[in-house]
Amino acid sequence: MPLLEVKDLHVCVEDREILHGLSLNVNEGEVHAIMGPNGSGKSTLSHVIAGKPGYEVTEGEILFNGENLLEMDPEERAAKGVFLAFQYPVEIPGVATMTFLRTALNAQRKARGEAEYSTPDFLKKVREVAKSLNIPQDMLKRGVNVGFSGGEKKRNEVLQMALFEPSLCILDEMDSGLDIDALRIAADGVNALRSPKRAMVVITHYQRLLNYIVPDVVHVMSRGRVVKTGGKELALELEAQGYAQFENAA
Amino acid sequence: MNVALAKTGTGSTASAVFAAARSRLSGNAEIAELCRQAFETYERLGLPHRRIEEWKYTDLRALVREVLPLAPAPDAAALARAGAAIKAHAIDGARRLVLVDGVFVPELSDVAAVGAGVSVRELSDVLETDARGDLLQTASTDAMISLNAAMATDGVVLTIADGAELAAPIHLIHVATAASASAFTRSHLSIGNGARVTLVETFIAAEGAGAYQVNDAVILWIGDEADVSHVRLMADASDAVNITSQVVTVGARVKLNFFNMTSGGAVSRLQGFFTLAGEGSELSINGVNLLKDKEHGDLTLVVDHTVPGCTSRETFRAVIDDRAHSVFQGRIIVRPDAQKTDGKMMTRALLLSDEAEADNKPELEIFADDVACGHGATTGAIDESLLFYLRARGLPEKEAQALLIQAFVGEAIEQIANDALRETVEDAAQRWLEARR
Ligand SMILES: Nc1ncnc2c1ncn2[C@@H]1O[C@H](COP(=O)(O)OP(=O)(O)OP(=O)(O)O)[C@@H](O)[C@H]1O
Ligand SMILES: [Mg+2]
Repeated sequence: MPLLEVKDLHVCVEDREILHGLSLNVNEGEVHAIMGPNGSGKSTLSHVIAGKPGYEVTEGEILFNGENLLEMDPEERAAKGVFLAFQYPVEIPGVATMTFLRTALNAQRKARGEAEYSTPDFLKKVREVAKSLNIPQDMLKRGVNVGFSGGEKKRNEVLQMALFEPSLCILDEMDSGLDIDALRIAADGVNALRSPKRAMVVITHYQRLLNYIVPDVVHVMSRGRVVKTGGKELALELEAQGYAQFENAA
Repeated sequence: MNVALAKTGTGSTASAVFAAARSRLSGNAEIAELCRQAFETYERLGLPHRRIEEWKYTDLRALVREVLPLAPAPDAAALARAGAAIKAHAIDGARRLVLVDGVFVPELSDVAAVGAGVSVRELSDVLETDARGDLLQTASTDAMISLNAAMATDGVVLTIADGAELAAPIHLIHVATAASASAFTRSHLSIGNGARVTLVETFIAAEGAGAYQVNDAVILWIGDEADVSHVRLMADASDAVNITSQVVTVGARVKLNFFNMTSGGAVSRLQGFFTLAGEGSELSINGVNLLKDKEHGDLTLVVDHTVPGCTSRETFRAVIDDRAHSVFQGRIIVRPDAQKTDGKMMTRALLLSDEAEADNKPELEIFADDVACGHGATTGAIDESLLFYLRARGLPEKEAQALLIQAFVGEAIEQIANDALRETVEDAAQRWLEARR
């Protein structure tokens, strides 16, 4: 059974259909890349998987470990192991990053019936992960993402991913806004999380990220559908030729 | 509409209550005459209603309708209940002064230990022994302040000497134990030049109290160069009415850090009148309303800059759930002489339900030309994108909301200068949020 099964997904936003019958299977241990032109529906797909309100699924289904994901609240999905690293992480003034991380981690553990982390254990874990991602401690004292640069916000997403240890990681344009060094650090962080028990879906516009995070499968999305699926060489082909050939196919 | 009935519902009930209350009031014939005059002023105006500009959003004729008879002086059983209620609201190290149902209770208070340079007396005693008629007078023409002068049964007269530095906060606690009765208190606080003082006022209900009315007035004088932290917590019973007035006169080069939180009461209003009478003072006046069910909470502030070179900052946050209604009225007056005034207020309301309501009325009355004044206001619901981010990280909806609400009110609470009191207020806000879940 695939970890994630998206079957014939149709999604409307404000009465306009954006995903027109999208299907996708992701197995445990695999890394999938999704590429596609602006507006093709990549972020929409990631939001629907994470449970963002405002999207209406008119047809199709999403199964996660065989369970109907669409019936779950976003927090339930998170506790079951779905993690979305946002393309545009929001700033939450007045909520200290540390408080947020601890509250979220313990809420997930509680939902799974696991013991909550003690404060020292939690701090130790956060410090380790932050260090490996080159995130300074004083950043963690600020409000969530408040005053973070674009790159720092993205690194903060990877930090959360490492902390929550999800079984499905969706990375929506993790590479946008990262300089070359930051990109390598973040990609190393992601690679460190690769495991036979964990799957990743990496949404990106650039082949460069896929040099660091080498995918098993590459999908091309166009106009709300997956129009082609292949191996990692597909990404190179796209880089060379662009999306025009698929626009017609869609 | 039946006009005659409306009249019966306001004026004559109050006069019956006043007549019945006279035996409880203190002082000689001169004091009695002042009370009578104050009551006459009240009667002429009646309960404030929506056509009185200052009370536009808090129509007491509709919300309260009548003045209830005075609560009897508390008996031993009432004092025991009051004592129990106080425990839950005690502040570490603070010196307590306790008023139960409008009567000062020395047995529950730390009169002897308030601190060096502090004199504490009961209003009833001062009126009786010293016939201090001035304690019943203010420049205000507000009906509820007049009614307070007419009916005040007791209060605290506190004098803090010049240069006194009080290590412990003074905690004035108002406890209601009665049901369907009213309590009128009036306190005079005079803070000497250069004194450093922390004041806390708390309004609470003992078990068994309900549907009571509180009308409190505090007349506060702050001497030059004094440094005052003043925190108020209005945590009344959910069916109570609390109308409280603060008339504050501020000397020169004073630092006043004032904060009020209202988290209970069917109808509550704090009206604060701050007159800046000495140059170079800095006022930080802040507040939070946490309202639910059909509660109505009103914070009305008038900051009157009469002299040059003072700063006033007002930060107010309201969290409004269910069908509750929050009111913020902020008036900044800058008199012709008050050049170099720097006065700003910022108010934000967070609506947690479609039926929640917020009214906001900022007013700047500026008669000087070299000033920097401004105000800003926003009203809105919880930001869905922030809520989703937190939920996507595993926080249940209510918990995610609580975190965002806490951050929102935190913008006002963080203005409290005293660390221990800030934590006390944070905890109280936290309890309110937890009760919502
Ligand atoms: N809330 C919304 N309301 C209206 N239209 C929306 C909304 N969200 C997305 N869309 C539309 O859906 C389409 C797909 O958007 P989406 O953000 O999923 O694209 P994307 O593939 O992630 O693009 P990009 O590469 O630019 O990030 C776009 O045409 C967009 O305008
Ligand atoms: Mg996108």
